[in-house]
Amino acid sequence: MRNSVLMKRITALALGLALTATVAGCGSGTNDAESSASNADNTSAASTAEKLGGQIVIDGSSTVYPITMAVAEEFKNEQPGVEVSVAMSGTGGGMKKFVAGEIDICDASRPIKQEEIDQAKAKGIDYVELEVAYDGISVVVNKDNNWVDSITTAELNKIWAKDSQVKTWKDVNPAWPAEPLKLYGPGTDSGTFEFFTEQINKKAKESRTDYTPSEDDNVLVQGIAGDKDAMGYFGFAYYEENQDKLKVLKIDDGKGPIEPTAVSIKDKSYSPLSRPLFIYINKAKMDQPQVRAFVEYYIDNAATLSEEVGYVPLDSYDAIKEKIK
Amino acid sequence: MNYVKYRKLKNSIFHGVIFCITLIGIVILAILLIDIIKRGVPFLTRTFFTNFPSRFPNKAGILPGIVGSINIILLTIAFAVPVGLGTAIYLEEYAKNNRMTKFIKINISNLSGTPSIVYGLLGLAVFVRTLGLGKSILSGALTMSLVVLPIVIVSSQEAIKAVPQYLRHGSYALGATKWQTIRKIVIPSALPGIFTGVILSVSRALGESAPLLMVGAATYVSKLPDNVFSVFTALPLQIYYWMGLPKEDFKDLAAAGIIVLLAILLTTNAITIVLRNKYQRSIE
Repeated sequence: MRNSVLMKRITALALGLALTATVAGCGSGTNDAESSASNADNTSAASTAEKLGGQIVIDGSSTVYPITMAVAEEFKNEQPGVEVSVAMSGTGGGMKKFVAGEIDICDASRPIKQEEIDQAKAKGIDYVELEVAYDGISVVVNKDNNWVDSITTAELNKIWAKDSQVKTWKDVNPAWPAEPLKLYGPGTDSGTFEFFTEQINKKAKESRTDYTPSEDDNVLVQGIAGDKDAMGYFGFAYYEENQDKLKVLKIDDGKGPIEPTAVSIKDKSYSPLSRPLFIYINKAKMDQPQVRAFVEYYIDNAATLSEEVGYVPLDSYDAIKEKIK
Repeated sequence: MNYVKYRKLKNSIFHGVIFCITLIGIVILAILLIDIIKRGVPFLTRTFFTNFPSRFPNKAGILPGIVGSINIILLTIAFAVPVGLGTAIYLEEYAKNNRMTKFIKINISNLSGTPSIVYGLLGLAVFVRTLGLGKSILSGALTMSLVVLPIVIVSSQEAIKAVPQYLRHGSYALGATKWQTIRKIVIPSALPGIFTGVILSVSRALGESAPLLMVGAATYVSKLPDNVFSVFTALPLQIYYWMGLPKEDFKDLAAAGIIVLLAILLTTNAITIVLRNKYQRSIE
């Protein structure tokens, strides 16, 4: 009697183990098949490079994530043995892990801060900073808005300042109608928010708070597209993809109104809202062959891949390549 | 006479009102499902199940998410059910009905209402950092079992409470010890209720993304996990990422991901329900 119960349990346990093994087994099986398939596609590229193993752990900005993911996707064909994981806990979240030495590479949509540099130093972590692409923060209004085509940075500051009293478009510029001004923007944890407030309000994270925030830029797009009196800001890729629904404003920083385009973002004439995107690499980890291979691959392909996912590549990556030699 | 009519009228009005209220939920669910199916089905190709995520919507797949999520729920159940059931048995069968027990019971009920991100923080501090398990499946599953533990405990407690007292008395009358009674009488009779708890836990564990994000689950992994210490991703994270991308196609891809998530959820629940019914019958 006792034995039969025991047997039942052992059977159950064995079944459970078998199930887990099957899951894991079929997992790695498909993986191998996948890898060899992609190997076949890229035999020339793969045969020249030495086969590497090991792990690369990446975290950070959700803005930079699409570029890094694209690089990881292509790198997988080249080095199927390397385990690359990319997470996106935001520039701030990624930096916290980076300065603690928990990750190898940090995606960042802003330069590293002094306090983060200090924390890294305290832990004995040295890093390399690489620019990988540009993004232009776009200020957009509704398609039916016919009173504004360009806006000055002073007007933007008047609208978005911490103690802003602006309630209608007329409050900003007497030539504009007395319609209520409805504001949309990213949430306070976002690197976009930090950069915009720093450029427009001269102090990072200082902004009026009575606007509709969302971490999801698609929500902002929908909000502005559906509200004639709306204004908001987000990354260039989201404007590019929704050009038919939105109208982008030219920004006048004293040198005449400039529209965000691939050209004006790249040559930085779209000022001050053109921003570089970075990756930070733990310098000690650069000695690991798979990390070095990945970073080199990243820079070699950043031009095409960043453009494919909606960003503006640098003019030349030669200076960046110098930095990792 | 008039009064009777008035009461009957009231009766049928309330019947109608409550029926409409029931409909609200069903209609909203139907609209959501129809929208998701309409958008997602065209993307449910064979490659969607076998490929890794990609920047090209038509090449993108969800395999690492599926493998990650299945691993997470299996491990979560393996951790949460024994601990949860043990706690419930102790609280209902052994613990004296004193202040301390009441205090523990109240706290368990409170824990089931704690936002899951709090468990994520706990998991990050304890499993990832202090115990050094890293951003692994193991950390994720341990954290997730904390999230679902209160559900397992409370539903098992209810199930054990519902076992009629005369069954226990009958068992004792035959000379069975307390442990024999619990093992042979109480647990088998309570099993259907315990399975209900497991169903609820699986649903919760599959859908949660916040605690996994906190313990550092990746959104993209280049290899499938080969052991419990591997980095991983899960279905909700993949869906959430696709939802946020600017390209319209990725939103349809997210819809396809939601269909897969629903399918896995319904399958695991169906398995549990079949098991539950089997035990229910064997008791009767």
